[in-house]
Amino acid sequence: MAGGSSRRWGRAVRSPLGVTAAVLLLAVLLLAVFAPMGWQARADAVHPADILQGPSGDHPAGTDLLGRDIFARVLVAARLSVELALAATGLGVLVGLLLGTAPLLLGRRAGRWAGALVNVAVAFPSLLLALFFAVVFGVGAKGAVLAIGLATAPAFARLTQTMAATVAGRDFIAAARIAGVGRVRILLRHVLPNIAEPLVVAATMAAGSALLAFAGLSFLGLGVQAPGYDWGRLLGEGLAQIYIHPAGALAPAVAVVLAAMAFNLAGEVVARAIGLRSAESGTPAGPVTAPPPRAAAATEPAAPLLAVENLRVTFPSLGAQISPVREVSLRLRPGEAVGIVGESGSGKSLTALAIAQLVAAPGRVDADRLEFLGADLRGGGAAAHRRLLGTSLAMVFQDPMTSLNPTHRVGHQLAEVVRRHQGADRRSAWARAVDRLHAVRIPAAARRARQLPHEFSGGMRQRAMIGMGLMASPALIIADEPTTALDVTVQREVLRLLENIRTADSVGLLFISHDVTVVAQVCERVLVMYAGRIVEDLPSGALLQDARHPYTRALVAAVPGMETDRDRPLAVIPGRPPDPARLPSGCAFAPRCPLATEVCREQDPPLAAYDGDRRVACHHADLAPVAVAPYRTTAGRDES
Amino acid sequence: MTALAVGTRRSSGLGDNVWVRFAVRRTGRLLLSLWVLVTAAFLMIHALPGDPVRAALGPTAPLELVQQRRTAMGLDDPLWLQYAHYLGNLLSGDMGSSMTTGLPVSEIIGARMGATVELAVLAFAVAVIVSVPLGTLMAVLAGDGRRRAGDWMFTSTSVVLATIPEFLVAVCLVFVFGVQLGWAPVAGRSGPGSYVLPVLALALGPAFVLARLVRVEMLAVLQTDYIRTARAKRLPPRVVYLRHALPNAVTAGLTMGGLMLGALVAGTVLVENVFAWPGLGGTIVSSILAKDYPTVQGVVLVYGVGVLLVNLAVDVALALLDPRSAIRES
Repeated sequence: MAGGSSRRWGRAVRSPLGVTAAVLLLAVLLLAVFAPMGWQARADAVHPADILQGPSGDHPAGTDLLGRDIFARVLVAARLSVELALAATGLGVLVGLLLGTAPLLLGRRAGRWAGALVNVAVAFPSLLLALFFAVVFGVGAKGAVLAIGLATAPAFARLTQTMAATVAGRDFIAAARIAGVGRVRILLRHVLPNIAEPLVVAATMAAGSALLAFAGLSFLGLGVQAPGYDWGRLLGEGLAQIYIHPAGALAPAVAVVLAAMAFNLAGEVVARAIGLRSAESGTPAGPVTAPPPRAAAATEPAAPLLAVENLRVTFPSLGAQISPVREVSLRLRPGEAVGIVGESGSGKSLTALAIAQLVAAPGRVDADRLEFLGADLRGGGAAAHRRLLGTSLAMVFQDPMTSLNPTHRVGHQLAEVVRRHQGADRRSAWARAVDRLHAVRIPAAARRARQLPHEFSGGMRQRAMIGMGLMASPALIIADEPTTALDVTVQREVLRLLENIRTADSVGLLFISHDVTVVAQVCERVLVMYAGRIVEDLPSGALLQDARHPYTRALVAAVPGMETDRDRPLAVIPGRPPDPARLPSGCAFAPRCPLATEVCREQDPPLAAYDGDRRVACHHADLAPVAVAPYRTTAGRDES
Repeated sequence: MTALAVGTRRSSGLGDNVWVRFAVRRTGRLLLSLWVLVTAAFLMIHALPGDPVRAALGPTAPLELVQQRRTAMGLDDPLWLQYAHYLGNLLSGDMGSSMTTGLPVSEIIGARMGATVELAVLAFAVAVIVSVPLGTLMAVLAGDGRRRAGDWMFTSTSVVLATIPEFLVAVCLVFVFGVQLGWAPVAGRSGPGSYVLPVLALALGPAFVLARLVRVEMLAVLQTDYIRTARAKRLPPRVVYLRHALPNAVTAGLTMGGLMLGALVAGTVLVENVFAWPGLGGTIVSSILAKDYPTVQGVVLVYGVGVLLVNLAVDVALALLDPRSAIRES
């Protein structure tokens, strides 16, 4: 076994669950092996004078109808109970493996028959199957082993079949087949070893179920017959006297449950160790690195549509707090289009969600100022501004395939907005929805409104999302990568639609994208975000030619153009954006920046006014753009 | 609905033909399963080691009597003829007669089926009524990042309860509520009070398993983009959780719920025996022990058909709630 996997095993076994499972399972197995040696005589000793006594020092669980010690009987019964359950499991696993691998072994036609048989059998609960087989094989321990074994088989066969089919589709099996390796050999050497671990887990858990099923059959009188006894039989005998002597029924019941749980827990631990199931995990830890907030250096224009100052989003992370968005200040006038660009993880989408008050708990949003249409959005909870945000703020998300509710009709999802916020009746809300779908140029809008999202194409869904935002009268559309998931022609249509809406009704647009060229086309101003901060704020006209921040220039340089020399590797920004939990001291971009000097590594540059209405956070904002030439592989766009 | 244009066949998946295809496929599967079930029930008697009549009447019964019974049951006919008779009789509602009492099996089943159906339906209803709100609540609380202790307690309780089979739960209930507290009757079917413990015994495990499932599904659904969309529309939380999230979470949980309902039907056998409930569960056990094979055959058939109908109902409900499943299945 490889080092990594043995380490995983070690960790799983040392966890509290692992220790519990190991101790329980060991106890059950030891009891099954040794109990009859120690307690057999005591369990079988008849004491006519001590019939049906309650628990006492001599008899911890009392005595039965013949005065035999119930505790000793429960201990001794471990052997037969576990033995029979393991025998039944073994049989079930064997038959299940044969049925499940039949498609591989016998070829397609016979395999299909085996599959159909398994499909039909799996539909019936295993207890019913066990009862059926118990009739066929006769009442008694042997019959019950056969019955429970065969009842376990279909589920096991189904599991084997599914996993074997996955493995059999892989390349190395195909290679072995082409190389002329026989079916049996492929199965034994290539398929089974690759599915062995999950099968072991399933078998362990099946042993637990078999134990319970056996107890059930014996309890009904269909399993172990007197004078033999297992836990189920003891339980059946005890239940008759439960009013006089409850311990007689409870002791075997506890034994069965503990033993079954030992097998189930062991299966669970193994499953976690081999990574079938992940333990519930929290977000990664990290120290707090929060530079002191600074006041934004922007002048106050008249009547902003949206005013944000010093916005911060904080998430708790194992005791510490991390802030993936910090010190964000921005302003939007009615009808203005502002873009936010940055790599993934730069905090641009989270900024959009924070402004829209959509950051879910445990995330927290703080700001010195957060005003939309003059209303202070801070505090007051979601309910306070529900109507304002519901009617005046429209959101368009990145992935139209997943952003609409798959179980609601598209028209209903639109109509809901005005029904909730404007008290429109069903009919007029529906009419409005159809009208809006028509407005975003969805053909046959009335028919389409009655359809479910999966019947729409990607571009149509994104237009429906935009239509949803237009149900009331939005003043601001926040579009978070609205075209990233769409192909290029559809992308252009959606962008044109947004542009038309913006100019027709003077609707503000906050456009988030990683695509510098699209942002330059769509927006008037561009905010560049890096590591949760705005590092540059400039008019979009200056973006492609005159950016001052090395990061912005690197983003622009990474865009391949028509003149890009395709024989040379595409330009990339070396390195990765920093983890918000481990921000470097000084400028967050310094480790990746060709211009970085000592001061960059020590002091985080503030976002300062530059050249009138621009802002930039760089110690070297005045250095000539030519200094970042090493980034560029595009000859045609060089400033020189 | 309109005829499908060439090329849009894949995207406009809800045309009539999809439903027709779904119905045909599903009915085909039901008929196949039914045929397998009936054939298995028929073959059961013939797969027995030895002579079923001899086994039922005991080793001391005179040979003439055994022979007489065999002839009466048609056991000396060729197998295909017996099969044909069996199918023909089944179609006319004749399941043969009990070997011990001589009563028609259909009459025995008719007299006892009601009690079992009542028990199963009530237990399932209780399980669903408890699990869906409980699971939703746990998901909403866990999603808020609060009350971790409550969440942990809920999860461990449901894991433990899921391990314990119904009949052991039944024994514990009898002990606590019958023996210790004396609150509820523990045997027979007489008055509403007698339903409490059997229904609880059947419903408790499934209720917690389903609740856990609903919780996990709900948590996953609450992370989805369309729930973010619903929040972005500023719908009240009640609408977001109940109208937008729940249907999606329940669709995913329904398949599992159906499997559990099937298992619940089987679980009645054991629970009925704990509580001396006058249903089919008692009948099947006593007739297996008495080797009364025609009765066993009939009861097995009834249980099997019950499970098949449950599976069918689940698939249809699934298709109605989430039309994509009707398409995905192919």
